[in-house]
Amino acid sequence: MSNRAEEYWRANIRLVTILLVIWFIVSYGFGIILAEPLNTIKIGGVGLGFWFAQQGSIFTFLVLIFIYAKRMNALDREFDVHED
Amino acid sequence: MDLQTLTYTVVGITFALYIGIAFWARASTTGEFYAAGRGIHPVANGMATAADWMSAASFISMAGLIAFNGYGASVFLMGWTGGYVLLALLLAPYLRKFGKFTVPEFIGDRYYSRTARIVAVVCLILASVTYVIGQMKGIGVAFSRFLETDYDTGLYIGMGIVFIYAVMGGMKGITYTQIAQYCVLIFAYTVPAVFISLNITGNPFPQLGLGGSMADGSGLYMLEKLDLVVTELGFKEYTTQVMGSKLNMFVYTLSLMIGTAGLPHVIIRFFTVPKVADARSSAGWALVFIAILYTTAPAVGSMARLNLMNTIQVGEVGSAEGNLSYAERPQWFKNWEKTGLLQYEDKNGDGRIQYYNDKSPEFAAKAEAFGRKGNEMTKVDRDIMVLANPEIANLPNWVIALVVAGGLAAALSTAAGLLLAIASSISHDLIKGVMNPNISEKNELLAGRFAMAGAIALAGYFGLHPPDFAAGTVAIAFGLAASSIFPALMMGIFNKKMNRAGAIWGMSSGIGITMLYVFQHKGIMFIPGTSFLGDMGPNWFFGISPNAFGAIGAVVNFSVAIAVSKMTAPPPDHIQHLVEDIRIPKGASAAVEH
Repeated sequence: MSNRAEEYWRANIRLVTILLVIWFIVSYGFGIILAEPLNTIKIGGVGLGFWFAQQGSIFTFLVLIFIYAKRMNALDREFDVHED
Repeated sequence: MDLQTLTYTVVGITFALYIGIAFWARASTTGEFYAAGRGIHPVANGMATAADWMSAASFISMAGLIAFNGYGASVFLMGWTGGYVLLALLLAPYLRKFGKFTVPEFIGDRYYSRTARIVAVVCLILASVTYVIGQMKGIGVAFSRFLETDYDTGLYIGMGIVFIYAVMGGMKGITYTQIAQYCVLIFAYTVPAVFISLNITGNPFPQLGLGGSMADGSGLYMLEKLDLVVTELGFKEYTTQVMGSKLNMFVYTLSLMIGTAGLPHVIIRFFTVPKVADARSSAGWALVFIAILYTTAPAVGSMARLNLMNTIQVGEVGSAEGNLSYAERPQWFKNWEKTGLLQYEDKNGDGRIQYYNDKSPEFAAKAEAFGRKGNEMTKVDRDIMVLANPEIANLPNWVIALVVAGGLAAALSTAAGLLLAIASSISHDLIKGVMNPNISEKNELLAGRFAMAGAIALAGYFGLHPPDFAAGTVAIAFGLAASSIFPALMMGIFNKKMNRAGAIWGMSSGIGITMLYVFQHKGIMFIPGTSFLGDMGPNWFFGISPNAFGAIGAVVNFSVAIAVSKMTAPPPDHIQHLVEDIRIPKGASAAVEH
């Protein structure tokens, strides 16, 4: 693999790692492991842990995918590996 | 118009629409049959993926599970959405770049092995057929209510309709039909939710109604009220009850997420977009359309539970008049009794309905003092909740008719997508790829259609005695996909040194151990009476339920694959170049026909 291609792949792995860490924290962290302590904080009538488990993590997942798509498309151009 | 006529009309109109579209866009080549000729816009593809994805389990079953498991059912909400992150970040763009039709095709090429391809086909068929069994349960419930017959008859009729519908269309027809089905199902899901949220909390957005306060002037938040109502009858507190244990919830969620990213019928959707960049955003669009339903579901579940409790427990707990008299039971109650999915037994002979948790020791003692002889709602099938919900809330008849049509749309669209994945793996991977490479295109299509028919018959047979509620059965399918397909795909892309032996042993051991655990609890191929629990207690592995075991299977798969690949020869150079090539989008072929 050429240096350029390796650099592109490393940048890709870095981005994916950061996004997956967030993915893990909101669902497994906030939604399951830390649900009890977070439930003492209320937004409206919902405990924060319960909210992350039932709604908040889903909203975060959405944001993560679109950030990924946008950043990767930019990386493709930066490294000149985009299609057409 | 009475409810029955109205339901027939609405269901009839939507079906005519789907069949019309399927006919208009029917497939004429294998390329169109499997991958819709790769001509589908990402937003349209996202919408179709959402319909494909959201099955009877999501539409009919999930809110019912939320209603009865409260916080514990979060595993479904997170598990069935979080997988899209894995799919978008780890698989979709690379598989699109690779540019073939089916998942086993990728595995066969990447691992330069016909055996690997066959193992992948077997895993894929096991996962997909189990998934279709779950759909059949949902279809049976929807049709039995709609036609007011018993569950078995509903199932047979449903099988017939799925057969006509899926066998005709192929992917091209299915994609356009699924867009129509998405519109029907999302409308049908949100309309009653808006009505009910307005009734209970005064907020028209169910997502906000979940955290809203009661409109009855009690000054309580909706969830506080619900916690109060259920704990008063000995049930667990809604907002804190866990499913099994925290560890089980963790593993369950992981299993569903990995399974999402390993299910062939979802993955093949990303073969149908024009470009690699589109594959990335397509997963996001699919999740947008899925999230509309998934963020509504917590409100639907909690409010359905509240309405159900309030319907039966009309007054103070313990007073004679506090419970609904059986003679005065509402119409929906009678309708669902006909299907056999709701059952009442007057244990203490007072003609009233006592619904409480007789498994709770404290409350059972209290109940005895009230002169009760046990919980009298002997069967409340969770899968009826969404369909019964608008009736319980006294919504207008057209809403009820719409929900039936939506449930059928959800079940049919997914069954069709799955059957297509099964058909393509048999006709394309097994027959054309392995047994008879010279088969004509026409005969390949024919073989695919026969495979579909076989799968429907098989799934229908198991659907008569489903291993769990629709969503539970589907969860097992996810476990099978998680433990076999996903690790093989991911390592194929991210681990250049992963070789043939590693992939084959990984897939076989992952799915093997998962099936062993599931069958040991639920019977061999889910046939009742063949479970071989023996000396081992239920959920013996750290209390993890069989539905959640796929994540453990995936860990086994990864470990075995890596260990075996270290001990055997690395993949040949041209394979390592192939991996390098799929890692960059440049040079993706526009539309591969082969």
